[in-house]
Amino acid sequence: MKAYITYFKLKFISGLQYRSAAWAGIATQFFFGFVYIMVYIAFYKSGGKDIPLTLSQVITYLWLNQAFLALINQFTRDQELFNMVREGTISYELARPKNLYFMWYFKVLGQKLANVTLRFFPLVLITSLLPKPYGLGGPASLSCFILFLICLTIGSLLVTALTVFYPIITMFTLSEKGIVNLMISLADIMSGLVVPIPFFPLFLQKISKVLPFQYISDLPFRIYVGSMPTTIIINSMIIQFTWLIILIFLGNFLMKKSLKRVVVQGG
Amino acid sequence: MSFIEVKQISKTFRVAKKKSGLKEAFKSFIKREYLDVVAVDDISFSIEKGEIVGYIGPNGAGKSTTIKILSGILNPDSGECKIAGMTPWKERVKYVKKIGVVFGQKSQLWWDIPAEDTFDLLKDIYDIPEEEYQATKKDLIKRLNLEDIINIPVRQLSLGQRMRCEIAASLLHNPEILFLDEPTIGLDAVSKQLVRDFIKKLNKEKKTTIILTSHDMSDITTLAKRIILIGKGKVLYDGSLKKLRDKYDTETHVNIRTKDKLSIRKKGITSKNKTRDGYELVVNTKILSISELLMNLSKKILIDDIDIEQDTIDHIIVKLYEDYKI
Repeated sequence: MKAYITYFKLKFISGLQYRSAAWAGIATQFFFGFVYIMVYIAFYKSGGKDIPLTLSQVITYLWLNQAFLALINQFTRDQELFNMVREGTISYELARPKNLYFMWYFKVLGQKLANVTLRFFPLVLITSLLPKPYGLGGPASLSCFILFLICLTIGSLLVTALTVFYPIITMFTLSEKGIVNLMISLADIMSGLVVPIPFFPLFLQKISKVLPFQYISDLPFRIYVGSMPTTIIINSMIIQFTWLIILIFLGNFLMKKSLKRVVVQGG
Repeated sequence: MSFIEVKQISKTFRVAKKKSGLKEAFKSFIKREYLDVVAVDDISFSIEKGEIVGYIGPNGAGKSTTIKILSGILNPDSGECKIAGMTPWKERVKYVKKIGVVFGQKSQLWWDIPAEDTFDLLKDIYDIPEEEYQATKKDLIKRLNLEDIINIPVRQLSLGQRMRCEIAASLLHNPEILFLDEPTIGLDAVSKQLVRDFIKKLNKEKKTTIILTSHDMSDITTLAKRIILIGKGKVLYDGSLKKLRDKYDTETHVNIRTKDKLSIRKKGITSKNKTRDGYELVVNTKILSISELLMNLSKKILIDDIDIEQDTIDHIIVKLYEDYKI
């Protein structure tokens, strides 16, 4: 276990070195945040019926999306792992007396946490100071906030498990383009990063309920804004945790399988 | 039972075959053709504890594939292998604790951080006890001359400095077996010498078994007494370097500086060329010994200077590759 923690720590430390990338990321996220908010304000003004969230809830949700984007998205891929597969540095990883899946898992987790640590604080601080209705609102209640923290923690572990999948699949396909890119785009839509899940058409909401993606960030953010009854929260969190276990188990299994047929070429 | 026993190992890779051109590209989109490439074909050998073995062969011969099978990274299609009582690919996690690997063309050090941080990580990965780790690290730093470079981020190191750190990283856990896959690739003469001396000492003092591949034959000659030559995935020669020399190294180049005119015709002299200030003779030493030649020469001409050069090992290897048509 200690080795995995050290892996995490090293990746975290090296991730913190990329400060200008973080500033650029923050600027982009502000921009996108405002664009999204303008769209929803226009939408609410036009007065649709049966809107599932209030305007301030949606705006808070959208800012949380932006603030935690580095953690919850799957499209910023860890190039290191893909390069490892493509260039064969994986040889060294295999020569280590540890489980490769968990080495990668903690690498990705370290990377994600480093990225989000650099980005989320300025975003949360500035957006919470913005005038109404543009700003980030507080949590619906203290219990909502506590549940949100727990749920987001499990969500981060869940998104890490999903992110580790992609380089493993690359071991079969040899290139991360194609199927992996397609999966990542789908995953991002189904996690509610483009449109919050409550705004999905009903059939899509049903589909997203059986997929793991909405349990990454949509669930914790909806808990934060207080748009969910407690019984549903508990049920959803049980599903969330079950997905986490399944995905880690599956990833580990797939990794073992791919290692049997691994081909290391050149040099 | 030897320390390393390899029995009839084979490995075939499947490669997608694609002809060039747009039409072929479309064709392969629908139906793919595959080509089976035999990388390692029925290889067997055994190595005793404490040996240094040079594993040589031309590009694509299957050297690296063998190393990767022996270090537990690849699964062979068939064959058996027991190293220190374990089958590498079956008991990978337990097995790799006993070995160290250096792949000259790849890096195990973390790019953004100093080498010492990677060492600390390896300490945790291999569960090395603190005291043992500190002692080994200190020793390696001294021997590989790393004091000044260990705290610089790896991305700012030169290739020679990086390679020394790579080697140190592979030895922190005191492995019993060391696999070196082209450890001196791209290094300058000084760094090469340092690496070679270090490997030699390591083998002598710690009895580390070393398997070395290199295209630089002087690596092999300074380090290995025994070589295994492979080509097209098969073992072609397994034995001492000296025997190989005796068999192939029959030509000696003799450079003579003289102002006199030399006319010599003797059995055993395969060629005679006039050079700028003398002659160059190529002598088959099996027929004509050098001393006999010298006696002959000194009777005929006044020798200003003489230079006797054995065929280099590179020539021998080229001849060997030609003989085996690889």
